Formats: sequence, structure tokens, C-alpha cells
Amino acid sequence: MKFLRMRPGYGEQLIAEGDVDLAEDEERLVAEFRRQLEQGMWAAIPVKNESGRREAEMVRAFEDIPRTTDRVIFFPRAAGGAR
Amino acid sequence: MIFALAVTAIVVLALLWEVLRPAIGRRIDILRANRARRADGEGLPGYDPGRERRAEQRARELLKSCVNDEEWEMYRDLGFIRVWGGESGDAEAVLSRDLRGAPYAYLVYPHRPIVAYLPQTGRLLNEYCVEFPDETRPYGSSRLPDSDDVLAKWMALKGDERRLISEANMHLPGRQIDPKMLQRDIWRLGRWERERLERAARRHVVGPAD
Repeated sequence: MKFLRMRPGYGEQLIAEGDVDLAEDEERLVAEFRRQLEQGMWAAIPVKNESGRREAEMVRAFEDIPRTTDRVIFFPRAAGGAR
Repeated sequence: MIFALAVTAIVVLALLWEVLRPAIGRRIDILRANRARRADGEGLPGYDPGRERRAEQRARELLKSCVNDEEWEMYRDLGFIRVWGGESGDAEAVLSRDLRGAPYAYLVYPHRPIVAYLPQTGRLLNEYCVEFPDETRPYGSSRLPDSDDVLAKWMALKGDERRLISEANMHLPGRQIDPKMLQRDIWRLGRWERERLERAARRHVVGPAD
């Protein structure tokens, strides 16, 4: 599983990678996931529905990520724009 | 004669020095300050158009790998993506109650408000002004590359439409985007979809003969 983070001036950055079936890796990924959310990031996973259409799901906890997911994308949380 | 010319030249140089000295002094002060900031590791790195282009290129690849083929082609050809509303699995779609079930969609532009509209009639509904500012400002800017901004909006609308819309500032159409431009984009989208369907139909007809 890869954690990618969108960054200004950079595009996406690989911030963590690991095998969720290995306890040590999973622990590291959980810690990184929490750290990103604490920094105000939102997390989304690209998915495919039954008809093969690409969709996205927002995840708020590491436990919500299906174990087969290959990438989680973090991006800054939304804020209201120009008033 | 030579003596007089030399004296005149000295006087002219002295006057020039007096006139230019403040400007030169200021310039030297700025250069010293910049050098000191660089030595301290402070200050913003200069704008690097190459870095911004590489960032956008990476963002485009990520967008392409996440959205559906027709959405990617729509963005590539038209500069925006249409996302259907009410698809994020909410028990009650964000706008459906007001629209009595009529299908609605959003036009998603990079770094511009999301625009809700009715595809059946082309009627514009609302502008939703929303940003994804990265306050860590890794290169002095909090602004994501264009395609990352589009992907963030796409994922948030697909994944949790209600949450995204509730974070946005809602305005009537025309606040930031010219309604004429929006109507033109809706028309362009319709034409683009017809042409795409025609191409697909031609391929379907030609296909079996290959």
C-alpha cells in the first residue's frame, strides 16, 4: 500500500509505503495515516464499482481502508474559497 | 584647454555620483539582505517554471490514473470535468430535495468554483467556491497544481459530496465565472459528447471488418 500526498509545486509525493500484512509495516502506515489527518489532510482511495466505473471513497480511519487498496491519496482539506 | 575639460569631467562625475549614490546604496543594501537571508536559509525560493511544469505533469498523470477515460478526455479536450451529483452514496443527495429528483451535475474547473447545473435544461444552479490550501507551503505557495486541484474536487464530490459542499461558500451563478462562458462550456460539452459517441459508433461499425 502506498500513501501519496498532493503538494504545491511538486505534484504527488510518496510519503509511505508498506505491506499491510506485515505488522511492522502496518503500524508505520497507521501512524503515518494519523499524522496526515492531524495535519489537516483528507484521505481518499480510488476504487472501481461493480460496473467497472472509477470512483473515490473518502476515508477517516485507517480501519476503513480495504486491505487490498494499493494507494491512498492525501490532499489538503477543503476550505471555503473567495467570499 | 585640456585642463578645463578634465575639470569639467570631474565635476560631471561628481554630480552624477551625488545623483546616483542613494539608488546604488539601496541596491547594495537589497543585495546584502538577500545574501544574508540565503545564508540563513530563510526566504522563499525563486519561482521555477520548470518545477511547476513538472508538478503539473505529475498531477495530470495522477488524475488520468484515477478518473474514468471519458472524464480524462473531457479534461484534456475541454479543460473541465463534469461530475454527476448525488453519486456519493448519501441517503439523500445534496440538491435532489430542492430539484425534486431531477438529475444535476457539477462542472469542475482547476482553481475556480465548482458550478452546479441541470444538464437537461442547462440551467445554472449555484457556484461553490472551495480551495484546498496546503499551509505548509513547500515552495512558498499553498496552491496545488491545476490537475491536483481538479482531482481533489473530483474525489471529494465522488466520496463525500455533502461534506465538500458544506465546506464551500455558495453563491449564485455569475459571482466568479461568467455565466456566458459556462453556457458555452455546457454547449461545448454536449457537442464533444455527440462527437465522441459518433466516433465510438463508427469504430463499432468498422470493428468487425478488421
